[in-house]
Parts: sequence; structure tokens; C-alpha cells
Amino acid sequence: MLETKLDLVVVGGGPAGIAAASKACELGMKVGLVENREVLGGIPLQCVHTGFGVHVFGEDLTGPEFVYRLIDRLQRADVGLFLKSHVHSIELKAFDEKIVTVLSPKGVQRLYAKAVVFSTGARERTAFEIGVTGERPDGVYTAGEAQTLMDLYGLMPGRRVVIIGSGDVGLIMARRFALEGAEVKAVIEVLPYPGGSMRNVVSCLRDFGIPLYLSHRVVSIRGGKRVEKVVVAKVDEEMRPVPGTEFEVECDTVVVAAGLRPNVELLEKMGAALDPATGGPVVNETLETTVPGVFAAGNALVINDLVDYAVEQGERAAEGAHEFVSNRSGSVAWKRVVKGRNVRLIVPHYVSGERDVVFYARVKSPERRVFFELLGSDLKLYQQGVRPSEMIRLRAPSSAISNLGDRLVFQVRPLE
Amino acid sequence: MSEVTLTCVVCPAACELKVLSLPSGEIRVEGAGCARGVEYAKQEVLDPRRVVITVVKVKGGDLPVVSVKTSQRVPKSRIAEIMRATAEVVADAPVEIGQVVAVCPGGVELVATRRVKASADQRAQGGLRENAGQHVLKVE
Repeated sequence: MLETKLDLVVVGGGPAGIAAASKACELGMKVGLVENREVLGGIPLQCVHTGFGVHVFGEDLTGPEFVYRLIDRLQRADVGLFLKSHVHSIELKAFDEKIVTVLSPKGVQRLYAKAVVFSTGARERTAFEIGVTGERPDGVYTAGEAQTLMDLYGLMPGRRVVIIGSGDVGLIMARRFALEGAEVKAVIEVLPYPGGSMRNVVSCLRDFGIPLYLSHRVVSIRGGKRVEKVVVAKVDEEMRPVPGTEFEVECDTVVVAAGLRPNVELLEKMGAALDPATGGPVVNETLETTVPGVFAAGNALVINDLVDYAVEQGERAAEGAHEFVSNRSGSVAWKRVVKGRNVRLIVPHYVSGERDVVFYARVKSPERRVFFELLGSDLKLYQQGVRPSEMIRLRAPSSAISNLGDRLVFQVRPLE
Repeated sequence: MSEVTLTCVVCPAACELKVLSLPSGEIRVEGAGCARGVEYAKQEVLDPRRVVITVVKVKGGDLPVVSVKTSQRVPKSRIAEIMRATAEVVADAPVEIGQVVAVCPGGVELVATRRVKASADQRAQGGLRENAGQHVLKVE
């Protein structure tokens, strides 16, 4: 069996993984990067729209352009690449010894690593997970499938389209279909507000006159061989369909854009604690999970709005892994991060107070004119408006954290 | 005098803007929380522009299409026309990122945003043109 001794194995070669591998290599670690596809880059490869890299490169790039820049950086580093390789399992041999078993074109390989970074991305939720029933005709795609068909292979999935979900992915696909001459009949959103940013609601739907149905859900899909129509109903506050409000929309294609869930199966098997709010692992300020020496970054950690944040997390995880391997991470009295008023999720979950920390948070419901603040400190960020779809990023200096007790409460507070 | 309502997309606050075009030619913006919102509203009313992103066909590549964007923001009213023109474009592989693959009516350049290598078949036939970048298609 092929065996390789490394300092760090990075699992997943999307933006977070590429950033983690490059950074770790620049820090002098011996790094292996495992990717199950034959190309590096992950999901942005199929994202032909702009909006990538505004923070990292100071330019508004398309997905592939962004990825190529990251890969250029990786190529200057000396990272061992394992493409078309699948991580079968990770065994914890000792505190600083993990055995990553990889199925690769060269056969089964064993990678011995002191630390592991998980950058395995996310998966799309399916129609079954959001309670869409009915028949199972051809013509039902997830947004990512439709995007791959259109933008990698140049194939139109259909001509008359209903999109389920108004997150950024759903909105961007609505625009892609409309631009290519398809008729986008409706975007159906179960929540009373759009799931994506207002920027995308305007530039993807209003620009093309696409109707958005808020507080509605697709209750069933009808059709024999091919989708013929969907049945849509209004929902009440508990998101249950209201009887008698059903109407039909004729279409030949249904695109399910119902959000993403972090890919955490392997982490779960290793015993890492998960946060039900993010779907990802519980982490400390170095993005280390509850399994020592195992880190997480990108959408495997928390679903990000911006690829720039995934890259930032990749680099932070690499720094954390470097500290772990250098044995500089002594025992710490952790302070717990607590969700206060109108905070749905926040990452990281534990901090030491000994260093600056970047927090990523989402609110529960939209609000205007608010402060996002750390209770008992001077740290506050004024926001004209907050929405669940727009992640809040806040850098907290250690001075704001260190004096506080063992609980840090973040909250959203209205100005008035 | 005409009146338009817009949602500002400059920041997540998403202010609802009322834009009044006065007979004097002056544009008045109401509801903006900041100066950037006023600028946005004026631009949107006077000369709305967008970057168009799409894919065009590729001959002899490892992928059948290449993603492209317009080199600059184009008037919103011309998007449909540009999309029809891009449907006719066929680029030759290999396509390099940043390469101009076609020039649409009015001189709008379509720039490749992805790298498409020549397919294995194409390479085997020796039909590979080394400098595909110079074969810029004109679409009339």
C-alpha cells in the first residue's frame, strides 16, 4: 500500500481547501490536498456570474476566474495533489497522528497526518427534504444540476421553468434561464421575505419581470414522463399550506434551490460535535473542531454568502493547523459564544480572548437600523439593515474579548 | 414629471427609493439612506447598465461551451440583442481566460472567463491551432 507522511491533509479542493493548502505550505508544512473530482476549484467552476473575489482580490470576478487565481497561488506552493481521490475514512491513531485512507487512481493510499482540514463544501437540499410531493417525472433538477448542464455543458434543461427557493442560488438561476430565452414562470419562496440578497432580487428577478411568490410553497409536482405543472399554495405562519389557496403553474422544468447543508459525514463519524444551527461542526477560534487537530473551513463549516469568507476560513484553519503541529496550542480556558437577541447562528463557538477573532453570524429575521454588538464591550457594528440571507462578519480585537467572563453574548439591538 | 420606485442594491439596507424626473430635467431621489443610494438611483433611471454573463459554443474543446462576460457594463436595453448574437458565436479551442472570443454589434467584446483546452481528439488530429486568440469572430 502507498503510504505518505505529511503534516497536514486537506480534504476537498474548492476555494477553502485551496486556500488552506496554499497557506499551510507557505507556513512550511508538508501538505496533501485530496479532491474527488479531476479538477480543483469546486463549485465556482460552474458559476459564470460575477460576485467573486471582491474582498480577496479587490475585483468583481466570475467563479472560474476567481478559482484560477487561487490555483495560481497553489501552484507556487509545493502541495501534494491527490485528484480523483476519495477519502474513505480517517482514523485517529494518536493525539497528533491521523491516518487518512484514500481511494485513488493509484489504488488505496494511506496518508499519515498530524492535522486535517475539512473543506468538503456543502450539498444541495432536495425536493424530498422540503416536503414537495406528487409524481416523479423527468424535468426536476437541483439548482446546481441545472447550472452544470447550462454553464459547463451548454444544455438547456427546459423552457418553462418554476424555481423553488429564492436564495441567491435560485435567483441567479432564474436570471440564467431568462437570459437564455426560457420563460421563468415563478420563483416560489416559503418565507415571507426573499431568501437571497436584495441585490439579487433586483438584478435577477425585477430586471426580467419574473414573479416572486413569498409565503408560498410548491406542494406537489404533476406530470407523466415530463413535468407538466406544479401545485402551489399559500402558507400560514407555521409554513403549512392553507387549504383552498392552491393554484397551478404550467411548466416543463422545476429547479429546486432549497439551500445547502454542510458535508459533515466524515466529521460526524470521527465524533466531532455539530451545531444544529449551522449544520457544521462546533469550532474554536482557530476553526478546530472538538476533535483535536481536525479543522473545518468554507461551506463545510458554515454556509457562506461570499467565497471570500470561505478563503479567509481556509487560511485561518491552516494557521490553526500550523499551531497545532508546532505544539503551540496549550490548554486554554475557553469562553463560550452565546446567541443573544435575533441571532440565528454564529461561528466560531469558543474563543480564548488571547487573540483577535473574526465572527460570522446570521440573524433570525430582517431588521432595520440596528447594532450587532458584543454585550459588555465597546464592540458594535452599525447596520442599516440586516437579513438572514446576508452574513454579518465582525472582527473582534482580543482587547474587547479578554476582559469578559466565560460567556460572550452577541446580539442585534435596534438603534431606537 | 415621471415617478419610478426602486430598491437600492448598494448595501443590505435595501432602501425603497422614489425617483422623480422633474420637467426641468432635474432628478430628485427620495428615501435614500445615504448619498450612494442617490447616485445609484440616478444611474438606474438615466442609463441602467449591466455586465452580461453567458456561455458560447466551443469547437474542439474538452468542454462544449466557454463562459464569457462583456468587457464592460452594457445598456440594459441591449441585453436581449447581445444574447441573440452570442447564440451564434462558435469559438475555437483552446480558449484562454481573458481572451476576446467575439465582438458583438456596437463593439461590445465578449471575454472568456474560463479556460477550455483542446479536446484529446482535436490534439490527436493535429488540428490544434496554437493561437486561437487571433481568430476573433465578428457577429453582424
